[in-house]
Amino acid sequence: MKNSFTLKAKNTLPSESSLPPGAAGAGNDPVKMDSNNVNVYYGTKQALKDVALPIRMHRVTALIGPSGCGKSTFLKCLNRMNDTVVGCRVSGSITLDNEDVYGPEVDVVQLRARVGMVFQKPNPFPKSIYDNVAYGPRIHGMTRDRTEMDQAVETSLVKAGLWNEVKDRLKEPGTSLSGGQQQRLCIARAIAVNPEVVLMDEPCSALDPIATARIEELIDDLARNYTIVIVTHSMQQAARVSHFTGFFHLGELVEFNQTGIIFTNPKQERTKGYVTGRFG
Amino acid sequence: MHAAWIILAILVITGFLLGNHKAAVLARSGKLHSRPRYHGVFIALWSLFPGLMVVTLFALFASWTIDTMILKDLHGTVDQTNAMEQSVLLNKVKLVAENKMTLNEDMGITMETVLRMQTLNRSADTLVTALVMGAGLLGFGYSWNRIHREFRARQEVEKMVRILLVAASSVSLFITLGIVLSLIFETLRFFASVPVTDFLFGLQWSPQTAIRADQVGGTGSFGAIPLFAGTLMITGISILVAAPVGLFCAIYLSEFASPQVRRWIKPALEILAGIPTVVYGLFAALAVAPAIANLGKLTGLDVASESALAAGLVMGIMIIPFVSSLSDDVINAVPQAIRDGSLAMGATQAETIRQVVLPAALPGIVGALLLAISRAVGETMIVVMAAGLAANLTANPLQAMTTVTVQIVTLLVGDQEFDSPKTLAAFALGLTLFCITLILNIIALGVVRRYHEQQ
Repeated sequence: MKNSFTLKAKNTLPSESSLPPGAAGAGNDPVKMDSNNVNVYYGTKQALKDVALPIRMHRVTALIGPSGCGKSTFLKCLNRMNDTVVGCRVSGSITLDNEDVYGPEVDVVQLRARVGMVFQKPNPFPKSIYDNVAYGPRIHGMTRDRTEMDQAVETSLVKAGLWNEVKDRLKEPGTSLSGGQQQRLCIARAIAVNPEVVLMDEPCSALDPIATARIEELIDDLARNYTIVIVTHSMQQAARVSHFTGFFHLGELVEFNQTGIIFTNPKQERTKGYVTGRFG
Repeated sequence: MHAAWIILAILVITGFLLGNHKAAVLARSGKLHSRPRYHGVFIALWSLFPGLMVVTLFALFASWTIDTMILKDLHGTVDQTNAMEQSVLLNKVKLVAENKMTLNEDMGITMETVLRMQTLNRSADTLVTALVMGAGLLGFGYSWNRIHREFRARQEVEKMVRILLVAASSVSLFITLGIVLSLIFETLRFFASVPVTDFLFGLQWSPQTAIRADQVGGTGSFGAIPLFAGTLMITGISILVAAPVGLFCAIYLSEFASPQVRRWIKPALEILAGIPTVVYGLFAALAVAPAIANLGKLTGLDVASESALAAGLVMGIMIIPFVSSLSDDVINAVPQAIRDGSLAMGATQAETIRQVVLPAALPGIVGALLLAISRAVGETMIVVMAAGLAANLTANPLQAMTTVTVQIVTLLVGDQEFDSPKTLAAFALGLTLFCITLILNIIALGVVRRYHEQQ
């Protein structure tokens, strides 16, 4: 519980200290990833200003806010996918189990194996369904033989709720699936390497309502074993799937709290305006 | 002839303007189905096509008809069975008729024939002008009458444009067909004097035959195997050089190089593609071949001063830009999303490139390699200068070798007669080369398609 204490001491947001006592799990879940004073610059443009946001273990944390507010940027800092962006600079501290993810001794490849990511648009590799899921275990040498690999692929597909639909056509290309199935394939692919945290960048924005509902159910299930951070444009989705919500605006984290409080009783005017649909 | 073109142009322009105008007037009294412009284009196209057809047909048949008539005139003076003499005389008549030559006594033609030629040409001109005008006016009248308020001019124009597009795309098809047919006829003549099996399976290539009876010459043997072996060897060496270097270069440029580096290296590579092959040949003959020969001396290997290795190496350098530039483009076209997907799972950049990017780009890379191979197969100059002309059948790349294209050139250079097997052999070689590259292309297409299905 040391994490929670340091977090409270560091966090300057009023919302954190004003959590109602006794709210379900409020503030008592261990912190999986923590961030403080995070500033991100793209060239000379500052994309994030002094963000401090804890991500709690086995909980779903939603990041909401209007386009260009920095929520996706923050998400990409968590597994250093920003490294691939030319001219991107990150300062401040982001920790995973109290280890600085930007520390000099950190191997970014290992970090990303622990902090997986699902993207906005389904991006299956141009390979078979089986090979898409087997890709991660293969590169990380997680299985010893064919049987273990089959097992790993099946487990991941079952967890992603896709197994029954694809078990008879594992050799077909991943791109032959429908959009919703492709996104679940990408989720299966991401969890096949047993990450501790799964980052989702608007995972449903390219999907129809039925496929969206399936993914949301899946997020609920996955939260039992994984820590999940989801960026979403849909406030209903944030309200439905998340335990905690952070509201970003113009590169600042305006408010962070339990989802229920953000949507029913926000402390900040800007948050209230956004969640009630007055701007954004 | 010129008058016909001018009339056609006038018809098309006035057709467009009048059609446009008529439709615009109609539009004042109610809504048209198609915009006035389409009516104008409709009439213009209908004025153009019939005239164009007449001109084309006329060009095909008029000169032939005139020639036949003139030849009939020359009946008495020319030997009917000698086609060569006939065409020579006919040419003389034409040149004199067009005032490019003055008539004199020993030409074997008379002023009468020349005058007749001139009359025929003049009347042909008048005829074609009249026909074009008639056809154009007919088309104009027909299309003019069809313009009504409900007339679907847009659909009609689109139909005609589609026909135009089909015609344009079939041009290349017909030209290919024409090339193949001309090759086939000459090849058949060649096989009349040299058996097919001797050509395809013979191991000896020495095409020197006597052209004239008083010349001393070999009997000639036309076994093409050494040539194809040489082509295979030299192309193989060049691909061994160009494929890895080009591909690695493309990977570096597209995945690792910073934009600044890329800005310099890419144009530099493309300069390599712009060097004339003769210059490459000089480089091969004066720098690479002696270097290889010296290296051979040092290591005790027997290296000919002109070797397949030298030609292959330099040819490989020549085709590097084809492989690297095209592969770079296809690798860049692989969506960033699937790269991110791989990196986000903790794959290293090398794993991402090897297992995700390259497989996704493979069809394009195969295409680039194919283009490079076809360049290498068709390359002549470097081989002439660096690998020699001797048709050795050997598996040793340190010996002099020659390729199909080089032999085609040497067969057709100099004093030739177009019905000796030596000359006709060039066409047989060309046809065989064409067939081989065709089969290669088909195989490669099949590979790419099967690969696509697997994904």
